[in-house]
Amino acid sequence: MNKIVAGLLFGLLLGAFDGATAWFYPEVRPMLTGIMIGSSIKGMIVGVLSGWFARKVQSTAWGIVVGSALGLLFAFLVAVMDAAKGKPHYLAIMVPGFVVGAIVGFLTQRIGTRDLASERTR
Amino acid sequence: MELSDSVLDHLRRVAALPDLSGTRYELETEIGRGGMGIVYSARDRVLDRRVALKVLDLTPAGEAQLIAGLEHPAIVPVYEAGTLPDGREFYAMKLISGARLDAYLAEQPTLAERLRLIWRVGEALAYAHSHGVIHRDLKPQNVMVGKFGEVYVMDWGVKAIAGTPAFRAPEGPVDQRSDIYGLGALLRFVLPDPNPPALAAITAKAMRADPAGRYPDVPAFLADMERFEQGMAVQAWPEPLWHRLRRFAARNAVLLWLLAAYTFAKFLIFFLRKF
Repeated sequence: MNKIVAGLLFGLLLGAFDGATAWFYPEVRPMLTGIMIGSSIKGMIVGVLSGWFARKVQSTAWGIVVGSALGLLFAFLVAVMDAAKGKPHYLAIMVPGFVVGAIVGFLTQRIGTRDLASERTR
Repeated sequence: MELSDSVLDHLRRVAALPDLSGTRYELETEIGRGGMGIVYSARDRVLDRRVALKVLDLTPAGEAQLIAGLEHPAIVPVYEAGTLPDGREFYAMKLISGARLDAYLAEQPTLAERLRLIWRVGEALAYAHSHGVIHRDLKPQNVMVGKFGEVYVMDWGVKAIAGTPAFRAPEGPVDQRSDIYGLGALLRFVLPDPNPPALAAITAKAMRADPAGRYPDVPAFLADMERFEQGMAVQAWPEPLWHRLRRFAARNAVLLWLLAAYTFAKFLIFFLRKF
């Protein structure tokens, strides 16, 4: 499994889990499915980008930094879209998004192959 | 005329020096003595370089031929072998500038450096074993550490030497597993006190009195050392649960911290949302 696929899977799983925690907020519980799908897509995008970065740079510290920055950026975009619908939830979306991004960035550095064979043939 | 003791000693030493006439070497000084002979530093006049010259006391044991057949970065290369005018055999080899293992340890190297050293010795042993050569006398005095951290294993496969007691396997006829015993003893020697229980277990397994209880070969020994270095469970030690958990936490400290941060953030946001 290469790092991009690993990032995709971790982003999907962690994004879905992060979205599922919305169940604890009764006010948004009716929108749980939509939140989970949106959070999963966000997680997958962060995962793919983190996986791509992990193929280029082998550094756990930089993986965490880039993953958390990507997580924060995409969580901010989601929070902006959410705010446009009514009551904003910047903190509730961006802080977990930041940490999930860091976890995905870390995992893509640790797990998955860099697929050097395919890079050599380019 | 009477001669003083110091003059007599000097004369004895000079008389014992090998006569290198007829060779390309110029004697410098004695650098070591072993069971099989004396090692001198000498200058190779033809190539203008310093070499180590081992002059054998006993009948030729085929030591030079044995070492010359082994080409490995951790085995001192033999340049030439020959016979001195007095009939003694000699061979010239690379002169290693560095410290013997026991002296090197006085510099307080880190655990990782100590393990790397054993790893290099193990690699040389594995290579020699693959060529059917057994060392027979692994001990700190036979391991040199060069200025740049390079490791050399010396005094290979001399049959006349039965091994050094603290590093010698108890069995009679020696084989590859006797060297594994020696390697375990060497590991025990280099480990700082107190040492991690997993490494103590590797040492104990390598040094079992029954050769069948030891690692089957050097690569198996090195694989267990590698497992330790990577924070994994070693085969030599069925570790208790608490130790397994501690090792897991140590290996995954960053991930656990990130998960803790996520959980903390979620709790904080959950309780703060009402304010």
